[in-house]
Amino acid sequence: MGKTVFHSPPRSKKDWKKLIIHLLLILSICLIGFPLYYGFVVSTQSMEESIQKPQKLMPSNHLIENYTKVWKRIQMGQLLLNSLIVALGVSLGKIAISILSAFAIVYFNFRGKQLAFWAIFITLMLPVPVRIISTYQVVSYLGWINTYAGLTIPLIASATATFLFRQFYLTIPDELVDAAKIDGSGPLRFLWSILLPNSGANMAALFVVMFIYGWNQYLWPLMITSSDKMKVVVVGIASTVPTGTQLPEWNLVMAAAMMALLPPVLVVVLMQRWFVHGLIESEK
Amino acid sequence: MKKSIFKNRFLPYLLIAPQLMIVVVFFFWPSFESLRLSVFKVSPFGDRQIFVGLENFHRLVTSPEYHRSVLHSFIFSGGVTFLGLAVSLFIAALANQKIRGLRFYRTGLLWTYGIAPPVSGIIWLFIFHPSYGLLPYLLSMVTPYEFNWLLKGWVALLLVIFAATWAHLGYNVAFFLAGLQTIPKSVIDAAKVDGASGFRLFRWITFPLLSPVTFFLFIMNMVFSFFETFGIIHAVTQGGPGDATTIMVYKTYLDGFVHMRMGLSAAQSVILMALVIFLTVLQFRYTERRVFY
Repeated sequence: MGKTVFHSPPRSKKDWKKLIIHLLLILSICLIGFPLYYGFVVSTQSMEESIQKPQKLMPSNHLIENYTKVWKRIQMGQLLLNSLIVALGVSLGKIAISILSAFAIVYFNFRGKQLAFWAIFITLMLPVPVRIISTYQVVSYLGWINTYAGLTIPLIASATATFLFRQFYLTIPDELVDAAKIDGSGPLRFLWSILLPNSGANMAALFVVMFIYGWNQYLWPLMITSSDKMKVVVVGIASTVPTGTQLPEWNLVMAAAMMALLPPVLVVVLMQRWFVHGLIESEK
Repeated sequence: MKKSIFKNRFLPYLLIAPQLMIVVVFFFWPSFESLRLSVFKVSPFGDRQIFVGLENFHRLVTSPEYHRSVLHSFIFSGGVTFLGLAVSLFIAALANQKIRGLRFYRTGLLWTYGIAPPVSGIIWLFIFHPSYGLLPYLLSMVTPYEFNWLLKGWVALLLVIFAATWAHLGYNVAFFLAGLQTIPKSVIDAAKVDGASGFRLFRWITFPLLSPVTFFLFIMNMVFSFFETFGIIHAVTQGGPGDATTIMVYKTYLDGFVHMRMGLSAAQSVILMALVIFLTVLQFRYTERRVFY
């Protein structure tokens, strides 16, 4: 028995340390996850259960009932569809225009290049909320209130993606361009069959970051849409929060919140590798 | 700089046109419009504009209401930034160890990036709810203090700070993790040979080497909490109780869209622009941002 006691003490000290790190990590994850867990638990309860004291921290059996009820009440299908359109429009639109403009900046010399570069660069400085009222006036002048164009295109006006692609193009060896020229292929051919096939990881990374950016917009959609048909989900669920004399149907509020946060959270979790890469690269 | 380039007279303009057009129409035009309106007084229906010089700015500078919104902004942003950085640095340092199940742990720490700030706000609103919330209930068992955000401004501030910090945690952890991974193992090993370990190793080696990332995140969290948290305020506290959570962006919106004081609102936009430009320049100046030719 004595032998096991003296068995390599430094190693067991290390094991203890690792165990503590594991425990602290699990504790952190539980703390971070608690609001989500609690929100989910409430979304499965009846209204009476959701507002009782002491609070019930275990799921109940009203999940389907709550979700279908709130789905019908605030037309969740339409809200989710609108959010999807905005998120896809912003992410794909941004990727498309950035690929083209970065290509122009890296592979061509043209008059006004410096000016164009700085014009795009300076957009990094001002987030949308700062110029919100004037942007609203511009969009209403264009007649884009309550349209998908009005919802998405103003959110595309920033330079992050352009710089990511520019950075990436600069790492592509010049020999590839020379080879393409010798083969007699023009710039568009080069873009299509050399650059694009190699941009997959960058596109995926940007897609995740921009999809979430688009999905989670609140202020801009709130201002630019007045009809229920054009509302996005993050704005739509805010209207479910009971005020004053309304029934405290917090179970339904939480059911709506769960449906609104599931798609972007799933995108982060499923595309984690690209997400981290995209986040770090596009902010650098 | 590329040496091998294509020669074409029109193509580059065609390629860059879509982005330039969007930038001009939705960035430069509104920005200049804000600048212009800030020196005008606009009638509520927008049909008449009178040049008033710096009167809008003068009114802001002398308005106690505006002073309070500035103060609340800095309390809020300071809270979000400090809390967010402290918690995420601690967590990232834990998750940077060589242990099993790291992929699982990282997912468990990063997913909050997907949560929209207003959605986070709604969940925290329920946790803080004066009648049904878990937190006031738990606190009522240990103290008779009325922990009611509808009555106490500081509780409301705490509520929106928690909601904003939670939604932004994944972002902070991702950057701290990436930063920790760039610290050469040899430096850590050398410090260990010299007898540093645990907290001392972190305090004197890891933390100083991480300072560029910390500084970058400090700026990004300030920008986030100043400009991207409008949804939390609007969906949860609507600036209240009183004006305890009326931050600058929210007040700009209130004056422009609710009270229809366009000129005053534009002047506030200009002040916010100056602030965000200052923060961005600070960031470019002190972090290695490789965006220059």
